[in-house]
Amino acid sequence: MPQEVLLEVKDLRTEFFSSKTSSVTAVANVSFNINKGEILGLVGESGCGKSVTSLSIMQLLKDTPGKITNGQIILDGVDLVTASAEDVRKIRGGKMSMIFQEPMSALNPSMRIDKQMIETICLHSDKTKEQALAHAAEMLKKVGIPDPPRVLKNYPHQLSGGMSQRVMIAMAMSNDPKLLIADEPTTALDVTIQAQILDLMKKIQKEEQSSILLITHDLGVVAEMCSRVIVMYAGKIVEEAPVEILFGNPSHPYTQGLIASVPKLGSGVKVLPSIPGSVPDLAAMPEGCRFAPRCKYATDKCRTENPELFEIGENHRCRCWLMQDK
Amino acid sequence: MEKKPILSLKNVSKTFPVGKSLLGKPTKFVHAVNNVSFDVYEGETFSIVGESGCGKSTTGRLINHLMSPDSGEIWFQGKEISKISQDEMRPLRKDMQMIFQDPAGSLNPRMKVAELIEEPLLIHTDLDEAGRMKIVNELLGIVGLSAKHAQRYPHEFSGGQKQRVGIARALTVNPKLVIADEPISALDVSIQAQVLNLLNRLQQEYKLTYVFISHDLSVVEMISDRIAVMYLGFVVETAPKELLYKTPMHPYTEALLSAVPIPDPTLHKERIILEGDIPSTINLPKGCPFAARCKKCKPVCLEERPVTHEVEPGHFVACHLYD
Ligand SMILES: Nc1ncnc2c1ncn2[C@@H]1O[C@H](COP(=O)(O)OP(=O)(O)OP(=O)(O)O)[C@@H](O)[C@H]1O
Ligand SMILES: Nc1ncnc2c1ncn2[C@@H]1O[C@H](COP(=O)(O)OP(=O)(O)OP(=O)(O)O)[C@@H](O)[C@H]1O
Ligand code: SF4
Ligand code: SF4
Ligand SMILES: [Mg+2]
Ligand SMILES: [Mg+2]
Repeated sequence: MPQEVLLEVKDLRTEFFSSKTSSVTAVANVSFNINKGEILGLVGESGCGKSVTSLSIMQLLKDTPGKITNGQIILDGVDLVTASAEDVRKIRGGKMSMIFQEPMSALNPSMRIDKQMIETICLHSDKTKEQALAHAAEMLKKVGIPDPPRVLKNYPHQLSGGMSQRVMIAMAMSNDPKLLIADEPTTALDVTIQAQILDLMKKIQKEEQSSILLITHDLGVVAEMCSRVIVMYAGKIVEEAPVEILFGNPSHPYTQGLIASVPKLGSGVKVLPSIPGSVPDLAAMPEGCRFAPRCKYATDKCRTENPELFEIGENHRCRCWLMQDK
Repeated sequence: MEKKPILSLKNVSKTFPVGKSLLGKPTKFVHAVNNVSFDVYEGETFSIVGESGCGKSTTGRLINHLMSPDSGEIWFQGKEISKISQDEMRPLRKDMQMIFQDPAGSLNPRMKVAELIEEPLLIHTDLDEAGRMKIVNELLGIVGLSAKHAQRYPHEFSGGQKQRVGIARALTVNPKLVIADEPISALDVSIQAQVLNLLNRLQQEYKLTYVFISHDLSVVEMISDRIAVMYLGFVVETAPKELLYKTPMHPYTEALLSAVPIPDPTLHKERIILEGDIPSTINLPKGCPFAARCKKCKPVCLEERPVTHEVEPGHFVACHLYD
């Protein structure tokens, strides 16, 4: 079956400016595709650029000192980087929407849930208020909220963490987005609630054939949800692979270390392999390979020359000199 | 050989007042810890697991005498400590130290790392400066930091390095019991392994006893000898690690274990998806605290609190299925 591309990110570069001339680069040379109907995972350590990548796609950097300084983000043939603010506003919340890590920061605290949901729905469709309200109730039901009429009349602070996360998912899904970006959608939740929400996201993806970019640092969640995975390290993609290959045969030394250092239920190990050292600071990126200071295979070449993202197999790319001739 | 408990909790409860009436009297109470009992034996790692807000940290703080229980007893090295004064507690503090969840928040930002590690020695020993510095440098080495780190401030360190400073600080006075409240939750995966391995090594070298608080069941499986599962402030199941993971008995423990995502895409396991949310700790359910989400709930569960039974040696469960 040929894969149809929904989103194409080409050579994205996002910088944060502390003044007109001085900046740090949070995301560099990032390119990837998301196919229709797939769940793509994006993993990596804190600060590696996962959220900045998703905010760049959503064109939500306006309120930050961040700016896209290179690249294209093409959704269904439209480049969002050069599209007008008006066009982006129509796409955001409609064709493309986002679930944020902190539900409380994404919901308006002083507005009842019904009002917020009706507003979002009416902005992207020609439904009347009554139709929008009925649709909102239906969406809440879909995400497993037992009593939608009551929740619709609530303010966000009257809901538990799991409830407001579900409300946000319902809101993000209410206009049948083709692309859903979920930035750590379950990190703030407990495992039993997390299981409910992941189950729900999978169901919605299957039923609506939407695509999901799932950002998380939990490799267990990735293994259960995603068909392909991108691994970022210090602002760059270091590996991209189908999920079975990433877990079964990781190629980048960082990915290998990451997967080995995750404790697994029932494995019986007492000591975990660990990656020595810590992530470099954005303002003091090492030259050459950014993982070199922590990599046991690093050579002089690694410390001076930046490896490209080599194609090393079908749908498998890896940014490491060791893989150059594979 | 008879194992000796170093720490025992007997029917410990703690509530917090919330909301005030017009007369300034609290109107509602959060029931954070309810009737909790367990023993911790010398040299073991005893873990407390459960979801957010189930009372893990409060239990840790009660043990560490950072607060007193409303009722119940806490025995540490043969002494009942729950109601003693801070003065009486001071000599015991040396034997009981705490590592906190948030490595950044638990270190004074204006103190250099050497001063931070030295501080407990100033309080608990009469060593001179040279003697103190010798221990500080030794400890820095033990937790994998170098002498050059000693003159830096916490903000110059990564999360994992800060947590190492926290661990070094807890170890300065040779404690017997270390309460580690989510010591790795705030750290990145690759750093978590470094800190876990360090805790493991230190336990073997210094015969430490750990009370390890966590919500991560994979981590807990790795480092524990025995485990208590808490729900809504109650301990619902206590068992040696092997029994708990192989034959969980409480329906909540079963659901919790089944909800852990497995980092292996070739495995497809059947999952117990619980319905509903965790109930409020203000109005505790009359019967079983888990009844609202339990698929095996019987009429008696809504009426009566299940009592704890020892269903097999060392395996304690509070559930009407085992009455
Ligand atoms: N508003 C901002 N101003 C300046 N720098 C920022 C801003 N937002 C993010 N950054 C920097 O960009 C880098 C990438 O941040 P990002 O939030 O994308 O990380 P992340 O991968 O999402 O991490 P986490 O797992 O912690 O959420 C970080 O070094 C961060 O400090
Ligand atoms: N000082 C306090 N005042 C009022 N309520 C409190 C206080 N400390 C804790 N609580 C409440 O007691 C309950 C138990 O909290 P506790 O911090 O022990 O949970 P926990 O299991 O450690 O959760 P987490 O995994 O989120 O750290 C919660 O409902 C909490 O809101
Ligand atoms: S390029 Fe060199 S330093 Fe970088 S990951 Fe590969 S081997 Fe290690
Ligand atoms: S006592 Fe009843 S409701 Fe509670 S866990 Fe057991 S079966 Fe379920
Ligand atoms: Mg983020
Ligand atoms: Mg806690």
